[in-house]
Amino acid sequence: MSSAMYERMRANPKFTELVARRGRFAWTLAFIVLAMFYGFVMVVAFNPLSLGQPIAEGSKVTVGVAVELFMFIFFWALTAVYVKRANGEFDALTQEIVKEAWKENK
Amino acid sequence: MLRQIITALGLLGLSTLTLAADAVAQTEKQATNWHAIIMFCIFVAMTMGITYWAASRTKSTSDFYTAGGGITGFQNGLAIAGDYMSAATLLGLTAMVYTQGYDGYIYMLCFFAGWPIILFLMAERLRNLGKFTFSDITAYRLDQGKVRTMAAISSLTVVCFYLIAQMVGAGQLIKLLFGLEYNTAIFAVGILMMVYVTFGGMVATTWVQIIKACMLLSGGTLVMFLAMSEFGFSFTNLLEKATAVHKLGDKLMYPGALLKDPVTAISLGLGLMFGTAGLPHILMRFFTVTDAKEARKSVLYASGFVAYFFNVIFLMGLAGILIVGQNPEFFEGGTVGGKLVGGGNMVAMHLAKAVGGNMLLGFLAAVAFATILAVVSGLALAGASAISHDIYARVIMKGQASEATEIRVSKIATICLGAVAIVLGILFEKQNIAFMVGLAFGVAAAANFPVLILSMYWKGLTTRGALFGGYGGLISAVLFVLFSKSVWVDVLGNKAALFPYTQPALFAMPIAFLLAYVFSKSDSSVRARQEIDAFEDQYVRAQTGFGAASASNH
Repeated sequence: MSSAMYERMRANPKFTELVARRGRFAWTLAFIVLAMFYGFVMVVAFNPLSLGQPIAEGSKVTVGVAVELFMFIFFWALTAVYVKRANGEFDALTQEIVKEAWKENK
Repeated sequence: MLRQIITALGLLGLSTLTLAADAVAQTEKQATNWHAIIMFCIFVAMTMGITYWAASRTKSTSDFYTAGGGITGFQNGLAIAGDYMSAATLLGLTAMVYTQGYDGYIYMLCFFAGWPIILFLMAERLRNLGKFTFSDITAYRLDQGKVRTMAAISSLTVVCFYLIAQMVGAGQLIKLLFGLEYNTAIFAVGILMMVYVTFGGMVATTWVQIIKACMLLSGGTLVMFLAMSEFGFSFTNLLEKATAVHKLGDKLMYPGALLKDPVTAISLGLGLMFGTAGLPHILMRFFTVTDAKEARKSVLYASGFVAYFFNVIFLMGLAGILIVGQNPEFFEGGTVGGKLVGGGNMVAMHLAKAVGGNMLLGFLAAVAFATILAVVSGLALAGASAISHDIYARVIMKGQASEATEIRVSKIATICLGAVAIVLGILFEKQNIAFMVGLAFGVAAAANFPVLILSMYWKGLTTRGALFGGYGGLISAVLFVLFSKSVWVDVLGNKAALFPYTQPALFAMPIAFLLAYVFSKSDSSVRARQEIDAFEDQYVRAQTGFGAASASNH
């Protein structure tokens, strides 16, 4: 029974849409995080002095501190954006798919 | 005199090992700290009350392993943050900022950056496919017996190394903070852990974790707040003063020795990021929530708490440079710039004492003890579930075991693991066990993570590929660590390391992926064909959550 349900869900064009939309969104966000994080690691490894520059003349706050604080906040903001969209839009779509598969079942 | 086997500084620059290295440095017994002991007793009384309550609610296997799947996203977020922030985080990272400045901050970002990735690529599928352990997912469409055995072995390897590191760290810390004997401390941790897990299962373990996370967050915030008040809450003011007195001077805010070798830097980044995504006690937490929605929320809250706390620690370390580092009271013999009383790890504790007196010091010491206890309980539960759910119920009994016997086996397994932890903790007292945390992360990243992610994303994975990938990752991670400087030279006393890097992830992970790929592709058996076909249903379930293990009703 359950295998038939899965087949019906898979046949639903909404399923293809869900997978494509959510997949694109998740991978885009993941790519942003990975690129920024490993880019930062590369700068630390190859050009550490650039991170030691002060953010303004005479300030003790360095570019490195500012960049890192930004990444902590930005990465967390991305998780919030993902959770908001996945728990709203994508979950609603998922429920529709499951509901429609049940209907066909009857 | 205080002895310290590891003068962490040299190691600090190199690896994850550092965190543990600092936390497990040999320490000398201190005067009995009554404030800390009383506050810790309050914590124990509270958690015992919860365990008693939890015991009455723990009847089925689902209650025992996953608290009946009824934990909310917020609660689980706190518990995950609790699992992730150990005593080494609080003490080791504060000390690292104190001595190395900006490098400590970089390290914290490495620890943090894995969380968004876990959310985007894994959280939802984990919840939709898994039931009690992550082997449920890897073995979903593959050979139950062989794949589960492999996953259980690598889980237990991770759990054991992590447990030893935590136990030895606990003994040393408690000796230092509470003035108890090393062995007393080990027994106290081991026995309390057994009580929480055997009687209260996941319900009690989760609540211990939540209470501890709240204590850690509020204690750290209070110390940070009081310390910052001395600088008029101005970060610029704090930085100006700190760079003026620190021996690194302006270089305090530069990347230093930590990641100057690109290979080590990338390997460390990979190991911490994907190691986190392969730790069995963290993965297990995803099965305690109702559905994928709550699983996503857990990561949102957990990463928020972790990010916040890391920034608190950064401020604590910097404030410590002035408040602790300039106060002769905290140095042996009263010479500023000499050796800190109790060792380099004590910066956070001294800072608490300087800004809040003995009460705050006692509170923070109690938090450190509670932290160890909570992390150890989570590990024991993850290890016990690998034994009882994977090996006993699924492999030996082939799914025919009754719930009652399965729970009994997991309780026995917990007691055995506790006993093993106590014995190993005592045996390893004088050993340099710094490499064990690195090994745990390395095995998690190279053995657990590749097979887990492939089983969720790659249709072509077969039993043969999973076995070669899993065992290959496990063996290569262990060998790389064994032949690296931290074991081959520092522990075994050989002259030169056979493997030039301290971080295995960059090398062991590709080996695991490659083996899994090659041996899946070349597998043309009928069984492999069926496994590949079975991916279709698994894929729909992973995406929609239809058929996922649901929360049981109490």
